[in-house]
Amino acid sequence: MEDLEQFRLETREWLEANCPESQRQPMQREDQYWGGRRGKFPSEDAKIWFERMRDKGWTTPEWPTQYGGGGLTPQQGRVLKEEMKRINARTPIYGIGIWMLGPAVLEYGNEEQKQKHIRAISNGEIRWAQGYSEPGAGSDLASLQCKAEDKGDHFLVNGSKIWTTAADKCDWIFCLVRTDPNVKKQEGISFLLIDMDDPGVSTSPIPLISGESEFCQTFFDNVKVPKENLIGELNKGWSVAKALLVHERKLMAEMGSDSPRRVLVPNTAAREYLEFEDGKIADPRLRSDLVDYDMQMQAVALTHFRTFEEKAAGIRSAAALVMKYVGTEAEKTKSELLLAIMGSRGLGWEGDAFTDQEIDTARLWAMSKAMTIAGGSTEIQLNLIAKNVLKLPQS
Amino acid sequence: MALVLTEEQRLLKDTAKDFLESNAPVAALRKLRDEKDPLGYSPELWQQMVEMGWASIILPEAYGGLEFGFQGLGVVLEESGRSLAASPLFASAVVGASAIILGGSEEQKQTLLPAVAGGELTLALALEESNHHRPTHISTTAQVQGDTVVLNGTKRFVLDGHSADKLIVVARSSGAERDSEGLTLILVDRTAAGVNCQRTILMDSRNAADIEFENVSVPASNIIGEISQGWAVLEPVLDRGRVAIAAEMMGVALEAFERTMEYLKEREQFGAVIGSFQALQHRAAHMQSEIELCRSVLLQALSTVDDAPQDLPQLASLAKTKLNELVKLVTNEAVQMHGGIGVTDELDIGFFLKRGRVAMQIFGDAGFHKDRYATLCGY
Repeated sequence: MEDLEQFRLETREWLEANCPESQRQPMQREDQYWGGRRGKFPSEDAKIWFERMRDKGWTTPEWPTQYGGGGLTPQQGRVLKEEMKRINARTPIYGIGIWMLGPAVLEYGNEEQKQKHIRAISNGEIRWAQGYSEPGAGSDLASLQCKAEDKGDHFLVNGSKIWTTAADKCDWIFCLVRTDPNVKKQEGISFLLIDMDDPGVSTSPIPLISGESEFCQTFFDNVKVPKENLIGELNKGWSVAKALLVHERKLMAEMGSDSPRRVLVPNTAAREYLEFEDGKIADPRLRSDLVDYDMQMQAVALTHFRTFEEKAAGIRSAAALVMKYVGTEAEKTKSELLLAIMGSRGLGWEGDAFTDQEIDTARLWAMSKAMTIAGGSTEIQLNLIAKNVLKLPQS
Repeated sequence: MALVLTEEQRLLKDTAKDFLESNAPVAALRKLRDEKDPLGYSPELWQQMVEMGWASIILPEAYGGLEFGFQGLGVVLEESGRSLAASPLFASAVVGASAIILGGSEEQKQTLLPAVAGGELTLALALEESNHHRPTHISTTAQVQGDTVVLNGTKRFVLDGHSADKLIVVARSSGAERDSEGLTLILVDRTAAGVNCQRTILMDSRNAADIEFENVSVPASNIIGEISQGWAVLEPVLDRGRVAIAAEMMGVALEAFERTMEYLKEREQFGAVIGSFQALQHRAAHMQSEIELCRSVLLQALSTVDDAPQDLPQLASLAKTKLNELVKLVTNEAVQMHGGIGVTDELDIGFFLKRGRVAMQIFGDAGFHKDRYATLCGY
């Protein structure tokens, strides 16, 4: 405990000395750095901040030092997070390599794979995309068809992946591929890493209702993939994927609170866009909707803290398993509530008639619809709670 | 760590569960109801609870208490919610005792608290005057005449009002009818001259009364706290009561929910157990999610009473609202998912449904607490 306090003091001192002032300001979307071969730093200070954190191993603070991580204990990792939050230090680098692939390679990869891929993630050299869903395999992910045929010294990959986030800016992609079509669908899937510079890989963005196109479809046309790129055992990719999905769902549940957009919170928006009478919101329906939302969010936040405390106490809890469902549904509710509070000011899509914040809020509303679909839809989450928590029989 | 139970609290919970399962199952409440028991609870059971220390959990050690805090109390109340155990625990050892702890003089604490802890004295709070919880809408009068105070007025929905030895009456000594200023809390013997107590039979087969005060004369030394300054004591007492009843409601909801989940795994229709149907699974999973949220809110509210009383008003309103909504959702679904048998008296589920509805009205419904929470948030 004393050591942890010592660590806190040292961390605070180091952050004070090394985090440039400009990197302690609220972040906009364009201020994020995602790394990779084509990654561009949004500013010189962002570069300095990233490099200092990288050299300290703190882009991936809890990963082992021999692969470029910071070697911190979970408790120290939490202290670092708290201390960064204290001075509003920006996250120096984003990426699903850090959030998802890294933990999976550390758990399932061999020594050679760890040496090759983990450091490249910590250093920000490689930006990763995720290849799970397919046009014909959404909620029923295990029915995926993108195939990898064993050709002796390599796999030959053919098929396509959809909802590959920012794949047009990524260097490598981790994919679930069909390696055995003749067994139960979950048992013929493998987890494969593919260099997107390899011949036969192409990608095209998909325009969304939010007006953005951060998701892509990625095509594989006779792509030769070395055997050494298989993570875990052949045909055992489904267990790797399941472990990764847990990380993804946790991330989705947390994403709302870490949104870099110029987005209002409903409580603040109410003051700006609603009439008040005697200190109360005059419209009783909106007042009631707002209080419902605020209460739900407080309950979600407390549950989030509880999952931390339970993890620290070594308790396996059901709370973590409901977070994706309640967190993303609350985000959707929030967006609808903001639109209702803003009235016609919440409808602006582009141009000078609306503030950036208003336009972002409208676009985020459209984007919020994806949150209860991506990473296992709300319906899938409810299936999982029924099965894994309530142990209800499967039909 | 406030959001997980300590080893001690877990032990207390297990002990409470075992004790209540063998000594106060739902069948015990059913028996009290069917036999039209005049007291409405078993004094023997209450004596056992007292011996186990339940009446002294929140009391300071200096007055014969265990000083185990609301987090300790919460686990016992939750378990008593599961078995629907009827006892003076809530009205006397939580609400009544809190009024003495927070507002009582040294002498009042010395005389009353050890007696509450020992089960020799039971208390009840006589507050409500209308059909909704409106703690400042008080028209019962307290007129000070020298060393005595004279009470006149009518109270409703007084929990354990017909059985408590002493009533803590909320009366108006000054101010207008809806002011929080001018309220006074006074101890009155239930059997004093001019106190007319009428037990009311409620749907939950538990205990409440309507009480009339007609020129009831009590010594001014019976005032708890300062005259006309009762709100400063009453509000935190109510918040403690709200959190405590929320803990009981968690037990009510959990038990109804778990019994329903068991039923979904047994009952067969169309050649399959009905729990395999997605229409029911999704509703069950939604309830499980709400239970998890309520669990966090409840734990936080209980620890707020002990550790951060300045935050209590908001947390108490949050907890009471969330648990009101949970109990309503879960007990309704429990009946619906049981189908025809769910509406029979033979099945215990109806007892949870009915207790839920009474608890929802205790110290404020969802509308009351949403308004209060919004006001505390500044809108």
